[in-house]
Amino acid sequence: MRIKRVAAIAAVGALSFAMTACGSDETGSGGSGATGIVGKAESQKKLVVGVKADQPGLGLQTGSQYEGFDIEIAKIIAKGLGVEESGIEWKTTTTPNREPFIQQGTVDLVVATYTINDERKQKINFAGPYFIAGQDLLVKADSTIAGPEQLDGKTVCSVSASTPAKRIQSDYPKAKLQQFDSYSKCLPLLANGQVDAVTTDDIILAGYAAQSQYAGKFKVVGKTFSEEPYGIGLKKDDKAGCEKVNEILKAAASDGTYKAAWDKTLGSSGKAAPELDTTKLTNCGSV
Amino acid sequence: MDVFTDPTNIDAYVSGFLWILKLTGASAVCALLLGVLLAAMRVSPVPVLRGFGTAWVNIFRNTPLTLVIFFCYFGLYSTLGLSLADDLNLNNFWLGVVGLSVYTAAFVCEAIRSGINTVPTGQAEAARAIGLSFAQTLRIVVLPQATRAVVAPFGSILIALCKNATIVGTIGLIEASTVMKDLINSYGNAVIPIFLVFAGTFAAFLIPTGYFFGWLANRLAVKR
Amino acid sequence: MSTSSVLYDHPGPRAKIRNTVLSVVLGVGVVGLLWWIYSKFDQAGQWEARLWEPFTEPATWTQFILPGLWATLKAAAVGMVLSLAFGLVFAVGRLSDRWWISVPAGAVVEFFRAVPLLLMIFFVFYGVPFLIKGPVSAFWAVVIGLTLYNGSVLAEAFRAGIRSVPGGQSEAAYAVGLRKSQVMRLILIPQAARAMLPIIVSQLVVLLKDTALGYIVAYPELLQRGVNDLSANYGNIIAAAMVAAAIYIITNSLLTALAGWLDRRTGTRRARRPRQNRTVAADPTVAEPQG
Repeated sequence: MRIKRVAAIAAVGALSFAMTACGSDETGSGGSGATGIVGKAESQKKLVVGVKADQPGLGLQTGSQYEGFDIEIAKIIAKGLGVEESGIEWKTTTTPNREPFIQQGTVDLVVATYTINDERKQKINFAGPYFIAGQDLLVKADSTIAGPEQLDGKTVCSVSASTPAKRIQSDYPKAKLQQFDSYSKCLPLLANGQVDAVTTDDIILAGYAAQSQYAGKFKVVGKTFSEEPYGIGLKKDDKAGCEKVNEILKAAASDGTYKAAWDKTLGSSGKAAPELDTTKLTNCGSV
Repeated sequence: MDVFTDPTNIDAYVSGFLWILKLTGASAVCALLLGVLLAAMRVSPVPVLRGFGTAWVNIFRNTPLTLVIFFCYFGLYSTLGLSLADDLNLNNFWLGVVGLSVYTAAFVCEAIRSGINTVPTGQAEAARAIGLSFAQTLRIVVLPQATRAVVAPFGSILIALCKNATIVGTIGLIEASTVMKDLINSYGNAVIPIFLVFAGTFAAFLIPTGYFFGWLANRLAVKR
Repeated sequence: MSTSSVLYDHPGPRAKIRNTVLSVVLGVGVVGLLWWIYSKFDQAGQWEARLWEPFTEPATWTQFILPGLWATLKAAAVGMVLSLAFGLVFAVGRLSDRWWISVPAGAVVEFFRAVPLLLMIFFVFYGVPFLIKGPVSAFWAVVIGLTLYNGSVLAEAFRAGIRSVPGGQSEAAYAVGLRKSQVMRLILIPQAARAMLPIIVSQLVVLLKDTALGYIVAYPELLQRGVNDLSANYGNIIAAAMVAAAIYIITNSLLTALAGWLDRRTGTRRARRPRQNRTVAADPTVAEPQG
């Protein structure tokens, strides 16, 4: 009867969606295995890189493209491993799912304002750091807050379970912490005065403050109260890959590609490219 | 299994579920009141009230709760400046209650309307025949019979409300699902026990509630 | 709504005046409230053209909103098919005569009806990979979570539907000599399915709304792409949320209208069941609410 036929066609249609979804969502995953990213890059000429999609200047998804400093660094690393830009598959990651993505093989590398810390080192390996940021505060242009000590009783906004949020909770417990899943939710609150400050790494804050819609409204306090070394995340046991990435970073520091990456993205804010201190690169977990 | 013996984790677990219970309780009361009001509006003789009620129900039944809570925070609080408490958590709590109530009230209203439909028309006709007004008809004849028929849907609405309370976590309230997410991210190797504990707690509350409402519905069912 | 016109008399002259006065007063009140909201939003600069301009550019639609909507519909469609299968299997399982089938089936259905969808999506996304030693894509995390929850709701609805088929049907089937599974397959399920059609489509509306929870595991559906990502680019989060809300309302209203149309079509094709179906639970308008 009509209903059965319609239902059957709908079921077939939905199942074929499922098949295509199966196919398209599972490509590029589960590849690194024991050979690591070096092996995968050589054999498949492809890499899956996890990046941020909502941080202007560092990792922003503008439509179908990703743009930002992290993206440029990832391209440099991929090139060093022999993978062209067209062979990179970009995957959006959020703050809490970076480690699970690496551990499960959903991505091969993570270049997403990824702070190196001991807790994360237990689950994954880090190469780099390729940039040293610092936790800072974003306030309204006319605000009197000049540092985290003045946050007592004030409302601070950050992303849940991020390093900056945890630091506020542990070191400045008198501040009231409002948490969301993305910084773009914190910004309208800052503009309207419902929160007194937004906190995360200074370079991310600068990216937001520089957006045209917020031009002139905010300022970065400029007094960093922590050190956030940005690293490149890979699987814990991929020591060879980690060392190769460090080599690529060293080369980029000396042959000008690092500076070019900076100038192309964050350089538009007027800040000069920092020197990549190759003596501080990680030892990739070797004791 | 050190995740379960660490006292901060246990505190977080307990406080997370306390928030859920408080959200459920407060929202259930508000949603009930609001829902009855909406149902009365939808069956009233005044066209504007009917239109308002219908618009309300259609908007809130077709919008995801996530967006409703989002608007409570960013619309009511951030733009309209409606601050419901000084303390950050309490403010988020009350905003969550507002969002949950207006959303659930739409379903309560529809349940009550369906309940009114189960009352045989002869009852309302007899009430008109002896001269009862609209309000009296509702209050004395129709609603008492209707409410006995809606106990079962109310039970399922309450259960759904309790589960929806987890969505208030999106505006920063540290309730049970946020606590579970943090614990899973910190103790990656104990994911299954953590999930079973949290899911089990919800099940321990909600499965008996479901059976209770089923029993209550049977007891109160109007034997026609 | 036959009872509503019975609840009050046809308005006489005094009632008409009273109704008109009330209408005007309340109408003014509602308009006043809307105006106040509008001006407050204006104060906060929410109506600035700059915030709404992105929606006039086709790029916004083709790169953020439409892909997000497509992802939402995809997850909802696959979730619906799998939920139907799940629901049917577990409904029949619960009605089985063998206790070693009906008790576990009952336990599974009760469990998944009691666990919040958010918890299930988290668990499938972050927890299951530890079991299968491989990644779970956000799409499957959302779909599996939706299937388990909505499948359980549908299982209960199917069970109620199968039990509501007049007893005489199955008695006659047994008298003719059919076995339990044939009775179920040939007699009960087809009749129950036709009656359950409105509930199934209203569960589809619920499914569509529940896909919004996918943004928590970064599944690029409408909320994630159309609100989070879009506002990261343009800083217009409230405007984006309003547009997203409008899209959801329109889509879900269309689906509900489809449900009503289907109900009317299947109803008039056979002898209408007596309308004395006085149980509220069968009414499709009270499908379980979910976020």
